[in-house]
Amino acid sequence: MPVRWLLAVAALAAVVLVAFAAGKFPVAPGELWRAVAARLTGAPSGLSPAVETVVWNIRLPRVAAGLCVGAALAAAGAAYQGMFRNPLVSPDILGVSAGAGLGAVLGIYLGLPLAVVQALAFGGGLAAVGTVLAVAALVRRHDAVLVLVLAGVAVGTLLGAGISLIKILADPATQLPSITFWLLGGLNAVTAPDLLATLPALLAGLVPLALLRWRINLLSLPDEEAQALGIPVARLRRVLVAAATLSTAAAVSLTGIIGWIGLVVPHMARLLVGPEFSRLLPASVLLGAGFLVAADTLARTAAPIELPLGILTALAGAPFFLFLLARSGERQ
Amino acid sequence: MLGRRHLLGLAAALAAPAWPLRAQPQGGVVVARFGPMPPPAQVRRVFAAGPPAGVLVAALAPGKLLGWPMALPPQARALLGPALRGLPHTGRLAGRGSTVALESLLQLQPDLVLDAGTADATYVSTLRTASGQTGLPMALVQGRVADHGAQLREVGRLLGVAARGEALAGQADAILALAARLRAGVPLEQRPRVYYGRGADGLETGLGGSINVELLELCAGRNVAAAAGAGSLTRVSLEQILAWDPQVIVTQDAHFARRVQADPLWRAVAAVRTGRVHCAPALPFGWLDGPPGVNRLIGVRWLLERLHPGHALLAAQEPLADAVARFYQSFYGADLPAPALHELLEADA
Repeated sequence: MPVRWLLAVAALAAVVLVAFAAGKFPVAPGELWRAVAARLTGAPSGLSPAVETVVWNIRLPRVAAGLCVGAALAAAGAAYQGMFRNPLVSPDILGVSAGAGLGAVLGIYLGLPLAVVQALAFGGGLAAVGTVLAVAALVRRHDAVLVLVLAGVAVGTLLGAGISLIKILADPATQLPSITFWLLGGLNAVTAPDLLATLPALLAGLVPLALLRWRINLLSLPDEEAQALGIPVARLRRVLVAAATLSTAAAVSLTGIIGWIGLVVPHMARLLVGPEFSRLLPASVLLGAGFLVAADTLARTAAPIELPLGILTALAGAPFFLFLLARSGERQ
Repeated sequence: MLGRRHLLGLAAALAAPAWPLRAQPQGGVVVARFGPMPPPAQVRRVFAAGPPAGVLVAALAPGKLLGWPMALPPQARALLGPALRGLPHTGRLAGRGSTVALESLLQLQPDLVLDAGTADATYVSTLRTASGQTGLPMALVQGRVADHGAQLREVGRLLGVAARGEALAGQADAILALAARLRAGVPLEQRPRVYYGRGADGLETGLGGSINVELLELCAGRNVAAAAGAGSLTRVSLEQILAWDPQVIVTQDAHFARRVQADPLWRAVAAVRTGRVHCAPALPFGWLDGPPGVNRLIGVRWLLERLHPGHALLAAQEPLADAVARFYQSFYGADLPAPALHELLEADA
């Protein structure tokens, strides 16, 4: 088992290395090495300021954001799939993406500055899930998980309608393209201050998931059995939802909506390490981080322009997902 | 949904209208006409199907425009003449993207529905269907920036305001001729390399041939994004912009213009280091794009000044502020007092 983990970490390191070396601005491997060596030793690198800017201020935040966002989405997806006992669940099941999308789209429609658009996205995501939790708390007669999912679907649909309404009202020449690009997601606008501002929320979501990874296994049991084992099911579920929402909303506010990572990466991880959550979580985190950085490297090198990340993750994710579906069908 | 659309199409086909619903190619900028065109003298109520058509009709016949196809903020309305300032928002007609119901359109009783801008088969067939369903006469004019003179002239005739059309077309021709003369005198390799930043982060731009960036080449600039191919709008990264290293950055987004000045990352771009970042005014309509209509004519004059400061041809013209005042008076019927004019041009850092 340790060998497998070492391989995974090595693969991730390789992906990161390629991501640093690749890009539109020509940076030779030697220059990259000199830049890194200069940082480590504190000596001047002798490189042009443009190369320094590209390596440290553009690629570093971008790759770091890819690692964090991929990890956050995959971890949230793995937690939700375990908690809802459903393999088709992704982090946006409770409306976090739709809420963040509506917040951001509203910000673009009102012509607000970028930082406010990001803040609205973050707040919108939290508000959407908060609404779902509040609605679910009001309904006590039905199965708690089912109520959560149904409330999430309903709130998500409502917010999606709001997004569509604003798209119709937006100026088709100026605002509509911005809205479309935001909803497709991408790492191209990430800067170091953005990332640092988002990181606390991302970690505040990820850390509880890591700490509770042993208990999440027990949520896959029916509620009565888990309760009999002394697990405060309802409270644990609320904590998990809050943690997953916090990190997903932070991720989405930074990059826009990136689909498929939260849905497909946990399945890849399950194929590699099995369903046991204390192993599944780190595997999902590693894979999600690597997958997103790889997809983003492709997004910025494959074509003369930037390809929207949401399109690439779906292009890679959907066929794999179909393959999984077909496989699980065969077994039955 | 699909079923209903099929039914509507079927109903339209069965209605068998009394006139041929085929596009009638006219030559010139009028790409298609559907239904019986009213005699120009009888055109009193005009519905503009989209923002470019709205600006066109507003300039030619402000008294005949029924309303604005787009929502106009108060700041935009403040820069319009009395006849245009109070017009309602009537919505746009664009097939599935319509925000006006066909029934509301009929209730407005337009004598003519006019659309301007992209004139591909989708738009032609959309207008054909709408005309077939409502029985209203509709016309579609194409509108790249080089067409604006002809557009003003021909639509002026359609709307029964030929003399006014001729006068405005004269202004358009003069601006475009100035650009052409300047272009002829600046060889390709001497033209500044320009990046057009859109959106609040400025990382959205138009590829070569895109209607959003056609002013760049028209004003003897070189669009750096054309290196990435032809197409429409796209996203790029700052790394890509550093690789292009444009000499000039233009935008219409004040947030982005401020961000560029403040953000240390952008300082690595030549245009930022040399202070050649320019923000075009966007009120009441964009000067560079948004909508891609006759509103861009004043943007041509502005962009010539910004790309070729101190050029002898421009020095011989009336000052930019006078040209702006004259344009706003003749196209929007607005007499800008000096402070308003100053405020408008102040957006340009």
